[in-house]
Amino acid sequence: MSELFADYPAAARKTTAFDEMFDAGYLPRTEYGQVAAALDALNLADVTARADSMARTFLDRGVTFDFAGEERPFPLDIVPRVIAGSDWEVLERGVAQRVKALEAFLSDVYDKMTVVSDGVIPRRLITSSAHFHREVAGFAPAGGVRVHISGIDVVRDQQGTFRVLEDNVRVPSGVSYVLENRRAMAKGLPEAFGQQHIRPVEEYPRRLLAALRKTAPPGVEEPTVVVLTPGVFNSAYFEHTLLAGLMGVELVEGRDLICRGNRVYMRTTAGEQRVDVIYKRIDDEFLDPLQFRADSVLGCPGIVNAARAGMVTIANAVGNGVADDKLVYTYVPDLIRYYLGEEPIIANVDTYRLEDAPAREEVLDRLDELVVKPVDGSGGKGLVIGPDATKAELDTLRAKVLEDPRGWIAQPVLQLSTVPTMSGGQFSPRHVDLRPFAINDGEEVWVLPGGLTRVAMKEGSLIVNSSQGGGSKDTWVVDGEVRGPAGVPVERPVVTVRERTSVWPIETNWQDKQSEQQQQ
Amino acid sequence: MLSRIAESLFWIGRYVERADGTARILDVHLERLNQMPLPQQRETSRQLLGVMGSHPEKNDIDLSDLLQALAYNRTSATSIAGALGAARENARRARETVSSSVWESLNTTWYGLTQHRKDVVGTYRFCHWVVERTAMVRGLSDTTMSHDESWQFLVLGRSLERADMTARMLSTHDVHAAGLSWVNMLRCAGAYESFLRTRRASFGDQQAAEFLLLDRLFPRSIVYALSDAEKCLTQLNPAYQRVGFINDATRIVGQARTFLEFHQTQDLMSELPEHMDRIQKACARASDAVSRTYFSQADELSWVGEVS
Repeated sequence: MSELFADYPAAARKTTAFDEMFDAGYLPRTEYGQVAAALDALNLADVTARADSMARTFLDRGVTFDFAGEERPFPLDIVPRVIAGSDWEVLERGVAQRVKALEAFLSDVYDKMTVVSDGVIPRRLITSSAHFHREVAGFAPAGGVRVHISGIDVVRDQQGTFRVLEDNVRVPSGVSYVLENRRAMAKGLPEAFGQQHIRPVEEYPRRLLAALRKTAPPGVEEPTVVVLTPGVFNSAYFEHTLLAGLMGVELVEGRDLICRGNRVYMRTTAGEQRVDVIYKRIDDEFLDPLQFRADSVLGCPGIVNAARAGMVTIANAVGNGVADDKLVYTYVPDLIRYYLGEEPIIANVDTYRLEDAPAREEVLDRLDELVVKPVDGSGGKGLVIGPDATKAELDTLRAKVLEDPRGWIAQPVLQLSTVPTMSGGQFSPRHVDLRPFAINDGEEVWVLPGGLTRVAMKEGSLIVNSSQGGGSKDTWVVDGEVRGPAGVPVERPVVTVRERTSVWPIETNWQDKQSEQQQQ
Repeated sequence: MLSRIAESLFWIGRYVERADGTARILDVHLERLNQMPLPQQRETSRQLLGVMGSHPEKNDIDLSDLLQALAYNRTSATSIAGALGAARENARRARETVSSSVWESLNTTWYGLTQHRKDVVGTYRFCHWVVERTAMVRGLSDTTMSHDESWQFLVLGRSLERADMTARMLSTHDVHAAGLSWVNMLRCAGAYESFLRTRRASFGDQQAAEFLLLDRLFPRSIVYALSDAEKCLTQLNPAYQRVGFINDATRIVGQARTFLEFHQTQDLMSELPEHMDRIQKACARASDAVSRTYFSQADELSWVGEVS
């Protein structure tokens, strides 16, 4: 094995986490075969040079996120995260199942709430969610879909089993890094690409546009789709421009839009143009000053009324936050059984509901062993990891939990799986999670092969958020080796040779004559 | 296309051309300034800044102040760094509309701004680098963007700024006591060789000024730049082909160009300051008119009732 992996076993032994690349005997797992071979041929100088050129490309292309007002390149590690095709198929079905259940849950919650009357979930839990918006209750969205785009965060526990950590059905972000990472890796580690089939990711924008167009208000023949961004200072602005660019649609800000008579228009150089589908990348609270925060200048007044009248599709729908509330998360397995009549394919992480008195008491006794999260937080905000927290932090947390038990959940500290990551001149294990992205067009849920793998760059750290020093890895779903056993090439599909047709007028010989004349 | 995006494109065109023009002017003048005695250098620097539209607060400015104001000051759009920064910021806002090569070259240029030594020698290299980078941005926008409405806005901004920059270039002629030699002035615009070929033996201040002002074939001449701007305006608003113009910008640009083209004079050099003044005013007014016609947005969010 390459010198770069020399200290790897020692470092990996420090944690009980599942390692994605190496098995218990420190041999590369089958799906990592090609990657291990490619990395083996490199020395430190090669790896550093490649990493530098990848970082430079990201900076030039502007693949950045906004951190405290500064554009930073999103760190991409050179070792990809590889998932075997067979593992992926299970994950894919599990994600799709979950999205379908959440979709059914949301349309029920904003309609008859049978899930409450049937006693699956308590009413107060829904109505007390900060993201349950009565403004959008009682009408079906145009196009009939609420969860167009979702990101379901999954992790691998010590045994290597995938578990869902949280659902994101409001404004899941990060897909642009999936697309850009693949482009960068094709140049950064070309050796690993040749001999195996890595499922492509570049059809995402096309799928997204197709789904958005399909869910346009009925009766619109050629729907106009726009991406609504809060503006250039948003941390995900790069993603908004990339998606709008790849879909070939306009990227609008709130001030470009105007509502008149329950129809939405954008201001163009040729006057106002009707908008049919809005891919909303701003938070619900800022979307419509008439319905939500009156001081918001990011949104467009009247847009929710237009959606209520069925004149415009908003993706994702307003009010989806109630489904990715972390307390509702604990009920998702029950929701899957209730709406779909199926057993959940991917399990949840065990979670304590702090509103139950016995659970709360147990958690408060063991605060220093558990992870405690706010139910409506995102980006790792407000999360407290018990073993890493000081006594003062734990005391403040205890007070907060007692004050508002509905606002918190607790989970055991999960040793996320590790992947080798370049750090300090060699590869060492770093913890990763995975966010597969799913697109729902109302009939079918399509899951982007792979998704975003985020990695905690600090040794031993379990926090992978980019705002807290996390990086990312390209995620490959690998379908076996193209080369079969004993080097026999597997049969590839037959390439049909296209017949040549000729449409130009028959060539006369004027050219030959001309060249003769010149020679004379 | 969105008004906001059109505005960004217009300004990308203007800022890139401004950086290019400023770099060319600075390059040529720096050579002369460097050889002057200090008091004269100060006076000339101050006047040069005045022509370039930058009005320093303090009175005695030295060479490093001049370099700061025209090359490196990131907060002022009259300097090269400021203009390139503003161009990049506009491209960032219109990133899905400009081609990725245009965005990347602007972005890379912006990151490259810090890589230069800010002394006199470093500034020569810097100016050269800026001329190269802006040429690249222009080339990429011409070859990788569709020549549709969005590109027309970009070229409109570029043409107006180019006319304005050439006018400033000619105005700086009078800044030096002895006058900037016509050779340097032509070099400034990159027009030296093409002028020599056109005029052969007859050359002098008058012919050089005439060339940069009136030549119908040289792309950086004022008449050429103004007619480019007119073409864009016509493409953007193809109505009114038969009689008259509704568009203020078309009228302003067209009037300025036709006056120059049909004006007859024996003593161009003494009229030059007036011409330059009028051209710069016309460019500014045309730019305002374009903004009013195409980019104006309601300043604040307004809600228009349910039924209208």
